[in-house]
Amino acid sequence: MRPRGPRLRARIGSVLKHAGLIALGFVMLYPLLWMVASSFKPNALIFREPGLIPTEIDLTNYTDGWNALLHPFSHYLINSAIVVLGSLLGNLLSCSMAAYAFARLEFRGRRLWFAVMLMSIMLPIHVVIVPQYVLFSQLEWINTFLPLIVPKLLATDAFFIFLMVQFFRGIPRELDEAATLDGANHLRVYLQIMLPLSLPALATTAIFTFIWTWNDFFSQLIFLTRPEMYTVPIALRTFVDATGESSWGSLFAMSIVSLVPVFIAFLFGQKYLVKGIATTGIK
Amino acid sequence: MVRAPARPDGGAPVSVIQELSRDRRSRDQGVSPRRKGDGRWALFFLAPWFVGLVLITAGPMGASLYLSFTDYDLLSAPQWVGFENFTRMFEDPRFLGSLGVTFTYVFVSVPLQLAAALGLALLLDKGMRGLALYRSVYYLPSLLGGSVAIAILWRQIFGADGLVNQVLALFGVQGQGWVSHPDYALGTLMALNVWTFGAPMVIFLAGLRQIPRMYYEAAAIDGAGRWRQFRSITLPLLTPIVFFNLVLQLIEAFQSFTRAFVVSGGNGGPSDSTLLYTLYLYLKGFGSLDMGYASAMAWFLLLIIGGMTVVNFLASKYWVFYDD
Repeated sequence: MRPRGPRLRARIGSVLKHAGLIALGFVMLYPLLWMVASSFKPNALIFREPGLIPTEIDLTNYTDGWNALLHPFSHYLINSAIVVLGSLLGNLLSCSMAAYAFARLEFRGRRLWFAVMLMSIMLPIHVVIVPQYVLFSQLEWINTFLPLIVPKLLATDAFFIFLMVQFFRGIPRELDEAATLDGANHLRVYLQIMLPLSLPALATTAIFTFIWTWNDFFSQLIFLTRPEMYTVPIALRTFVDATGESSWGSLFAMSIVSLVPVFIAFLFGQKYLVKGIATTGIK
Repeated sequence: MVRAPARPDGGAPVSVIQELSRDRRSRDQGVSPRRKGDGRWALFFLAPWFVGLVLITAGPMGASLYLSFTDYDLLSAPQWVGFENFTRMFEDPRFLGSLGVTFTYVFVSVPLQLAAALGLALLLDKGMRGLALYRSVYYLPSLLGGSVAIAILWRQIFGADGLVNQVLALFGVQGQGWVSHPDYALGTLMALNVWTFGAPMVIFLAGLRQIPRMYYEAAAIDGAGRWRQFRSITLPLLTPIVFFNLVLQLIEAFQSFTRAFVVSGGNGGPSDSTLLYTLYLYLKGFGSLDMGYASAMAWFLLLIIGGMTVVNFLASKYWVFYDD
């Protein structure tokens, strides 16, 4: 009997640990699940039912919420999509170009510029937002998507430069040296060797850009003030102001609509997200 | 701490901070001698970044430093006022209050968040069953936590008729409107920050995987128990990651905005109890168009964050362990 004691205890310990971890996961996700369940409930029930299973399923929250603001919600989804697509293009192109220079080219002041780039990652946006606002309003770019997209085309999301420099450094130099011997110039090495070999880094960049831009609130709040230019986060916040506490159901419904793209990105991009955080340490 | 650059397979966690503090000799390993003609190519590849640096980052930085010494309302030209914005800040009770709120928020919620992250990472290590699933479940809130939608959810959960009170009522406890009570509103925001412990947890998990198994094997042969192994191997080897997470999360927490804005309905209430620094900056700059004051606040924020990071680095000499 004796030798079975420790094993049994380890077994029990493991079961307890899993039970604890599952319980914690459940508690953490409960608010989200409850929001999903509540979005199908009539308003009166949201305040009475802490449970997850709705007694009646009702889609009016979705139809009401979709049309509750000046424009149908699809309008804001499209606006957000435009900003996201522009940002994606900008970050993928401009950051990979800068990263190529830092990882593969020798030029004067490389270390200094590299340090400048690293420090710009840590810079709070608040230090530049006021003059940016002045600049963009003089260009008459307020209430266009340009203030949100053009900076990405100019590689201001330096975090992704860093991410790609790290990745490029891991690609064997022999590959591009061989190509150079065959007469390829740097543009061809960048386009035909570095980029195709860097798909994981590009995917990580794309997913983080997507999620951050989709969730971004501060800069969109400042640069977009006309209702027809609103993106999803700004529309949602206007919704809170417009309806107050009276229609939580449709507010929840639209909140869920706004979270679905992020959730899908999470499902399909998990591998890259986890790798991206683990190697560079950004959420 | 392993300092090799990240491999394409995502090996060692190489961080921005490490990169900055890295010793200069090792940084340029493997760079071939200067080749002719690279300079022009560098100009080509760096052109977008450089234009952005000048026009979007450095230029506006300088401009906001200038504006911080002026009175500027966007409509008329800035008036030079010297240090007046800065002296006004320290006579402004709302500013001082907001500073206090922010410090409380940052220095309470970040340690709790990191403790949760570390604790869970330690439980999840060791290639256990279901690891990937647990990691995903705990990580998901980190991705969603900054969104307006989650802030809206938070506002309802902690409202007078919210989910929390409904659950409390099941146990016969009469709750109250947490977000509308000045003593508790900030607590709900801190809870939101702790809820997003998944991102630092993933970094801890990556760090734990870097610790060579043989250290534990050797220690076990020497008769060290699990607690001893944790104290003498895991903890010291993990300190660089703790340090990194700490610096990163502090910087991020100081800039929390969306949750305070949405939960308080845009004013930092009740009684300014959720008036986080950046929210007050926004209200000053873009609400009352006091752009000079807002710029001064922005530069003061930069000083706080920069100073705190420097202190962190200096203090790290005493507790962060580098094995190389």
